[in-house]
Amino acid sequence: MSASSAFNDEKGGSSNVGEPEYGHDPASGGIFSSDYKRHDDLKEMLDSNKDSLKLEAMKRIVAMIARGKNASDLFPAVVKNVACKNIEVKKLVYVYLVRYAEEQQDLALLSISTFQRGLKDPNQLIRASALRVLSSIRVTIIVPIMMLAIKEAASDMSPYVRKTAAHAIPKLYSLDPEQKDCLIEVIEKLLADKTTLVAGSVVMAFEEVCPERIDLIHKNYRKLCNLLIDVEEWGQVVIINMLTRYARTQFLNPNMNESLLEEGGGEKAFYGSDNDDDTDDEEDKEEKEKKKTEATAIVKRKPYVMDPDHRLLLRNTKPLLQSRNAAVVMAVAQLYFHLAPKAEVGVIAKALVRLMRSHSEVQYVVLQNVATMSIKRRGMFEPYLKSFYIRSTDPTQIKVLKLEVLTNLANETNISTILREFQTYIKSNDKDFVAATIQAIGRCATNIGEVRDTCLNGLVQLLSNRDELVVAESVVVIKKLLQMQPEQHSDIIKHMAKLTDNIQVPMARASILWLIGEYCEHVPKIAPDVLRKMAKTFTNEEDIVKLQIINLAAKLYLTNSKQTKLLTQYVLNLAKYDQNYDIRDRARFIRQLIVPTDKSGALSKYAKKLFLALKPAPVLESPFKDRDHFQLGSLSHLLNAKAGGYQVLPDWPEAAPDPSVRNVEVPEWTKCSSREKRKEKKADKPFYSDSEGESGPTESADSASDTASGSESGSGSEESGSGSESEESNEESESASEEDEEEEGKKKKKNVEKIKARKPVPESESEPSSGEDVKKSEKKSKPRIGSSESESEEDDDSESESSESEEEESEEESEEETKKKKKTTASKPPSKPPKKENKKEKKEMSLLDFDDFDPAPSPSQVTPLNNFLSSSLVTDLEGLSLTDNVLSPTTIVPSGNLKTYELLHRITGEGLSVEYCFSRQPFSPDPHMVAVKIQFTNSATSEAKSLHMEDAKLQSGMRIKEFPEIEVLPAGETVSVVMGIDFCDSTQAANFQLCTHTRKFFVSIQPPVGELMMPIFMTENEFKKEQGQLMGMNEITEKLTLEEKCQGEHAVVQRVTTAANLSRVPCGSDKECRFAGKTVTSGSLVLVSVVTKEDGAAQLTVNCEKMVIGTMLVKDILQALTQ
Amino acid sequence: MINSLFLINPSGEIFLEKHWKSVVSRSVCDYFLEAKEKALEPEDVPPVIHTPHHYLISIYRDKLFFLSVIQTEVPPLFVIEFLHRVAEMIQDYFGECSETVVKDHMVMVYELLEEMLDNGFPLATESNVLKEMIRPPTILRSVVNTLTGTSNVGDTLPTGQLSTIPWRRAGVRYTNNEAYFDVVEEIDAILDQSGTTVFAEIQGVVEACVKLSGMPDLTLSFMNPRLLDDVSFHPCVRYKLWESERVLSFIPPDGNFTLMTYHVNAQNLVAIPVYVKQSISFFECGSDGRLDVTVGPKQTMGKTVEGVMVTVHLPKTILSINLTATQGSYTYDNGTKLLVWDIGKLNPQKLPNLRGSLSLQAGAPKPEENPSLNIDLKIQQLAISGLKVNRLDMFGEKYKPFKGVKYITKAGKFQVRT
Repeated sequence: MSASSAFNDEKGGSSNVGEPEYGHDPASGGIFSSDYKRHDDLKEMLDSNKDSLKLEAMKRIVAMIARGKNASDLFPAVVKNVACKNIEVKKLVYVYLVRYAEEQQDLALLSISTFQRGLKDPNQLIRASALRVLSSIRVTIIVPIMMLAIKEAASDMSPYVRKTAAHAIPKLYSLDPEQKDCLIEVIEKLLADKTTLVAGSVVMAFEEVCPERIDLIHKNYRKLCNLLIDVEEWGQVVIINMLTRYARTQFLNPNMNESLLEEGGGEKAFYGSDNDDDTDDEEDKEEKEKKKTEATAIVKRKPYVMDPDHRLLLRNTKPLLQSRNAAVVMAVAQLYFHLAPKAEVGVIAKALVRLMRSHSEVQYVVLQNVATMSIKRRGMFEPYLKSFYIRSTDPTQIKVLKLEVLTNLANETNISTILREFQTYIKSNDKDFVAATIQAIGRCATNIGEVRDTCLNGLVQLLSNRDELVVAESVVVIKKLLQMQPEQHSDIIKHMAKLTDNIQVPMARASILWLIGEYCEHVPKIAPDVLRKMAKTFTNEEDIVKLQIINLAAKLYLTNSKQTKLLTQYVLNLAKYDQNYDIRDRARFIRQLIVPTDKSGALSKYAKKLFLALKPAPVLESPFKDRDHFQLGSLSHLLNAKAGGYQVLPDWPEAAPDPSVRNVEVPEWTKCSSREKRKEKKADKPFYSDSEGESGPTESADSASDTASGSESGSGSEESGSGSESEESNEESESASEEDEEEEGKKKKKNVEKIKARKPVPESESEPSSGEDVKKSEKKSKPRIGSSESESEEDDDSESESSESEEEESEEESEEETKKKKKTTASKPPSKPPKKENKKEKKEMSLLDFDDFDPAPSPSQVTPLNNFLSSSLVTDLEGLSLTDNVLSPTTIVPSGNLKTYELLHRITGEGLSVEYCFSRQPFSPDPHMVAVKIQFTNSATSEAKSLHMEDAKLQSGMRIKEFPEIEVLPAGETVSVVMGIDFCDSTQAANFQLCTHTRKFFVSIQPPVGELMMPIFMTENEFKKEQGQLMGMNEITEKLTLEEKCQGEHAVVQRVTTAANLSRVPCGSDKECRFAGKTVTSGSLVLVSVVTKEDGAAQLTVNCEKMVIGTMLVKDILQALTQ
Repeated sequence: MINSLFLINPSGEIFLEKHWKSVVSRSVCDYFLEAKEKALEPEDVPPVIHTPHHYLISIYRDKLFFLSVIQTEVPPLFVIEFLHRVAEMIQDYFGECSETVVKDHMVMVYELLEEMLDNGFPLATESNVLKEMIRPPTILRSVVNTLTGTSNVGDTLPTGQLSTIPWRRAGVRYTNNEAYFDVVEEIDAILDQSGTTVFAEIQGVVEACVKLSGMPDLTLSFMNPRLLDDVSFHPCVRYKLWESERVLSFIPPDGNFTLMTYHVNAQNLVAIPVYVKQSISFFECGSDGRLDVTVGPKQTMGKTVEGVMVTVHLPKTILSINLTATQGSYTYDNGTKLLVWDIGKLNPQKLPNLRGSLSLQAGAPKPEENPSLNIDLKIQQLAISGLKVNRLDMFGEKYKPFKGVKYITKAGKFQVRT
């Protein structure tokens, strides 16, 4: 260890030497001049044409910034490069700009237009990054531009850009607080956003800009609660903290009935043991009394029922206690501490104890909070007492905090263990820690009457410790303890009196003197002697000791003037000439007070009362007492002082504000409406979960969570949001709910749900649960229905199955997939052969007749293996629907006409030959892919095993859907499979490896341009309209002479459709043939028309948004028509 | 939130600064350096320091101070946790987190910091996301690639940050698909002089190294999940499934990550694998003392205890030591008074012993407390709690991954009081 650190040091040193230009002493002339020169050459590099030089320069400049060196004089040279094409340079320029724009506002303006352009970019990442940099440039002139950009970005399609907008809000606010009102509007808008990506950031903005506008949260409260678990960690922290505050304003104190009374009782028992002289603050008691009556009053008024929204918050935050992020755990812990019914707070203890095993900084913060909590809720941490035991390797600050917690946790039952532990600590070498331990012992002794004597004895033993600090600390603590029962402990006082000879620590000496003075009646013989000794050394004592000597003298004079009169006079005389004016003052004052003279005032009569009044024993209490008025986990709590920007945690309201403000009217959400209906029916019960409201705080969250999560998802459904939720699904469920009451409607809905649930590809998470929810709620509200038990059970089965796989699947996938799903067919057969369904079909009338979908492989159909079977079915169906619409039957090219290409020759493939063709069927798993039919022929003598593909090397953007592995291909057999390739509308080849169990072959598939499109149906008018829009650059016209054989209309159609996958568009004139299609990936229109003239002359026109595709297509069709 | 970050080496030199809001002069660090001067050990520097205008929150990690400047209320753990993430990120990117490494990759670290926070609020802290943005392709470069490529505004989302699985990169490909899990358990214990256990518990962690193509969906189940008393998970783990079925179901991040940490119920008595016989004594008269330590195996479940090491912080008054070890070797640093006895494997037949004399500074009083011994040890192929992984299943991808589970038991904070 030490060796490596030495190595580091050395390296660090050498790197400094190696780079003299970063010298640490800018004042030295040499470096200064070289600095100047270096900047010159940086400027040159920045002005050069070579990107590599620019990059090098920028890297050096950024390194300067990172080291904290000033590079602002390079601003003009750098800002020029903001429009640089090289991304890496550009990025570093951004970094530079953000750092120095504030200092060079005028020049910074030069860069603004670049960002404004970026804001309009079609790519979401560029838009986001432009907004990010623009908003980070702290130049006041551009505030209006920023405002505009934020507003626009807040309604951007991409959630990522919206997130960036949320981040930009506080930036703008700090630049120009005048914009607050506008910004609040944006925040309000973004708060309504339903994506998890945005939620954390916008709440952050809310907290920075308008934390007081709690009303903005109402409508979004339930959504935030439900989204919470999927928000990223940092957002969770912010949201939880905000919701804690919100809940404090909106809900009633869950502990107002029982716990407040209980707490009062508990405290009484706690202090009750030392009632004898425990002079509890009168006010405190009064306050308690008041609270109690208040509480009872409330209780009388209305029994407490937890607001379902309050419960929702508690339930949805609980799983986050398992987060790996300490900040999240702490946030949940403080939420439970401030909001949960007393009986439930316990759950956080375990998680907090877990955090204590983390880094020491985390421990430090957590212990502070545990210390505060353990005062209020001691029982919570008692089982974990041993986790707070101290190791000699802990840093001192951790030790002291652990000690604090141990002290707070001490009670009659565990005190002996704790004291034994404390004894070990006293031996520690860390003296600060030992002092803290002694104080802790003192506190235990005051709090727990039973052990007071034991503690006192232990402390007295410490008085003979060799370490002065230990002794001094013990004296101070003993003094406090003795104050409680002085009469029983005169021997201890005597013992301490003897110590005055040895102890030199001023505080300890002062304490002893005070004790002797205070209880001089208990030690009448010793006290004057002590004073005598002290008088001797008076001049050499510290100030605090001198003051106590004067005190002692005064007290003795009052009680025992016979013996001490002279001594007192002497001491007072010494004090009169002391250097310290406080001591002189004190001496003068005391002399006037106690020594009776003829002109002494009325006060001297009362001198004895003044000096020897019964003094209340000090209350040794934790420094963490009452810290919980700060929100736990906050910086303010840690510092025990209000930090800037701290939002006070409000007190519970007396009466709950209207809970209906949180209701969200979203008519299109069926679950909501169904829930509302339910509510109407059972108006007397809270609508979230019937069981919950009653069982109240004692109910175990776990058991309830199931039904609850179901019933909540009314609002949960909103979370799925993200715009991808297609209309159709809404309609489905909506239509279902409209007929909610009717039996038939119910069945239909169930069907719909089933279909949803069985979709082979995962959907967004909320859907299945919402489905479940509706059903569950139904079951609950109308249990008589459940048309047949077995059926509903089956439902559950299939659902749980699906939800398992569906949960938290990639959104990317799911979004896309659902979109496509919905586009193609509303009801799609599952990938598994629909056995279950058939069974069900018999049981109930179904509106969506599945029998139609019975697998019936058509001969012309490619027959792929296993799970493609059913999907090919859809393909088939789609094909059918297409043919229904398309007028000319020629558009469907019989598979026999398909051109086949060789993928792997028999010789190279060692007997395995592979051919492929473009089947021109829509590829059902992904409509953006081109279906490629691959035919394997095994002409070898042995069978080929496990044919599959792997290791696809693709151009960016291209994707491949692999064909299912072929387990065995016997010798002489042929088999066909279908795979999908998304060529991204380019004719780049897709390269991959074809593997058998023994060999791997590199192969590639290159599509002719005509295969990159699929036919679409159009009317003549539509065709003309679209063609009119694709003029200019998008139109390519060629003149040609048709070959003899193909001068008829039929031949032209035949050749064009062979060359490209297009469908014919009806046309009035027989001189003209029109074809339409769209590219598979981007869906850009491709329109082709061929006008024939006399003598085989013809004109070919291709209109396509993608010019490259257009040009290539023209070439291909020309070739097809002229050969 | 987080205004600025300073990296400070142990000698107090500020070698990197990054500001996310307006620039805070580095003179603010003086408050911190002052506190650092006062502290005896770097660990003793208070993590939160209140200065007139700012709050300084710092962590000490890998011999570096990460000091952040805060201006307004923020949960301190939020900042501390983030600073640790920064350290982990540097470690993750460059293999170690040290001053040299940061100085060597100044620009990259600076860029990473730029990505990790936006206006002081964490933006991208997942290593998978960051790597997509700043390794070979920077965020903007990847953007341009997609632009100049054949597709422009693709509906495919190019970075993980944009997906709902922010922890996993898209388009991961491996030729060898493998998933390894290390179950590492640490025994935290305090033993008293007589060898009785004052306190013992087991902390476990499941470290994963998953290199699988595509979007695998893994399910890991245990033979005896009931042992686990308290758990915390990587965000990828589906909590509900754990609650209901006690299985870990997750789509893993790419590469190394900590899947879960757990705590084994302390009520089950923790098996302590070694015992230590020790006697450290100082003579009342004369400046001398003796040390005699023997380590032996106790409950090892038939496995060999390896890597045994005893560390002792000797009292400051020790002048020199003269010891002999029957096995292994010891080193002693007179500056830090740190005695390290590296034993190696424990041989039950011949117990290692270290004994000899300690000499104190002349005239120094006898130390009151004997130094406590910190024990290090390692047992391969054993999870001391008895936890066993049952099986690992993969869904969502077709290939067959190579799977492996390894168990290790180590000593955590294992302390013997003397």
